[in-house]
Amino acid sequence: MANTMTLISSVTVGSGGAASIDFSSIPSTYTDLVIKMSLRDNRAATGNATKITFNTSGGTYSGKYIEGTGSSVTSATDTNGVADEVAASSTANTFANAEIYIPNYAGSNQKSLSADSVNENNASNANSALYATLWNQTAAITSIKLEPVISASFVQYSTAYLYGVKNA
Amino acid sequence: MPNPTRIEVNCETGVETVIELTDAEIAQMEADRAAYEARKAEEEAAATALADLKASAKAKLIAGQPLTAEEADTLVL
Repeated sequence: MANTMTLISSVTVGSGGAASIDFSSIPSTYTDLVIKMSLRDNRAATGNATKITFNTSGGTYSGKYIEGTGSSVTSATDTNGVADEVAASSTANTFANAEIYIPNYAGSNQKSLSADSVNENNASNANSALYATLWNQTAAITSIKLEPVISASFVQYSTAYLYGVKNA
Repeated sequence: MPNPTRIEVNCETGVETVIELTDAEIAQMEADRAAYEARKAEEEAAATALADLKASAKAKLIAGQPLTAEEADTLVL
């Protein structure tokens, strides 16, 4: 089991917002990747979701998620969704938290990920969710794009941190 | 009006670049949004139909009326 975690890169969105956060030229020297992120976007709604794309494009994503709202639970199929997100109609100055784990990202097998997220809203509409996704490509992951599922821009102070994990 | 931008950070160099989206990227985002909303609408319709079926099955059980096969399926694990 990998037992160290090293920060590779981080992004903090500036005042202009960002339609996506892209990590490129990811080194292959780790065993696993972890992304920790705190995101909010400007969609005119109380929520949105974040999707992930590996290596710019290509391949097929198949996923499942289970989501609890505090009063009901939903489970469904998904593609490359990885997190719930707060949006413009959510309580001001709240952000969603999420962590994505990508094991064996540089190996030659198909790539999987697991993710957990909460879109804390300090109000009745708040969700927690678990995601599991498979990307059916065998190439090493060298870039990762994070963007809102429903087109919008991440707002200022949204952050994403990419870590590499390996045995010491 | 300028197109939205994205932030790209090169993990080898640490250089962060703000890049304006192309028209093709914006068109793809819109297509993705439409596809996502259509899929969500289908999921919500299916969930509503199941809830309606369960409610109908419950009402018939209470009233002592026979259930349809679809209604019975909502009760049998």
